[in-house]
Amino acid sequence: MSTNTIDPNTWVDKYSDYLFNYTIVRVDDKEIAQDLVQETFFAGLKSMKNFKGEASERTWLISILKRKIIDHYRKINSNKGKAEVRINYSTDSETEGDWLEERVADPFDGNAESEIENDELGLAIHNCMEKLPEKQSIIFKMKTIQGFDTEAICNEFDITASNLWVIIHRARTAMAECLEKNWF
Amino acid sequence: MEKTTRLFVSCEEAKYICDKNQYGEATFIELIKLNIRLMYCKMTRAYSKRNGKLTKAMDKSNIQSIPSTDKEVMKQKLQEQLTK
Repeated sequence: MSTNTIDPNTWVDKYSDYLFNYTIVRVDDKEIAQDLVQETFFAGLKSMKNFKGEASERTWLISILKRKIIDHYRKINSNKGKAEVRINYSTDSETEGDWLEERVADPFDGNAESEIENDELGLAIHNCMEKLPEKQSIIFKMKTIQGFDTEAICNEFDITASNLWVIIHRARTAMAECLEKNWF
Repeated sequence: MEKTTRLFVSCEEAKYICDKNQYGEATFIELIKLNIRLMYCKMTRAYSKRNGKLTKAMDKSNIQSIPSTDKEVMKQKLQEQLTK
């Protein structure tokens, strides 16, 4: 049964941030992540006719994005041989035979599990933000994630500071409830 | 949002001050008002705890957003492809 519809005009507003966060934890580069999101939208446009409506628009776009991320890594790996850095062992007789790896500090000081958990938390937050009314969601994002000044947001939306705090209050209450159900 | 000059504020006002405080925008007087309310109001305490938890989660998640100017460029490019 086909229930989901597709509307490319709303993709950037609705899904770009979610896709961006999904990508950035996998490629760790803002510009590349943004490019991959854009490429995903283009690929989505090209294959719109294949959308059967069985999955949600977002799930469908994520499946395209996953392929784009894999392609990105394939591309990098095919260049790997060319960019290989060759390091010679030290000729110092005292350290002869020591592996280079043994002489550098282990850069790993984080906890992989908590990193993964934090990435998943980011996506859970996005899921909750999507449930907010559109204006609330935009203003909450601007204030909380992008760190805009109260005055700048008020000017942009032509609202008073009191109105802004009422919107933020409603958004925060809904977000806390949603995360309590799905995360905490 | 109703504003009072008294030190004893309503639960609703205390919640708004608590929200402002999450963004470091509550004034010193507002913080005093909030703290007085926190001493005797269970509801405000519960709200404050939950609000702090949300702020912590937001910070911990490293959540990011595409700048709105870049989003406009994305929309434009998408529109160009759509009209092709």
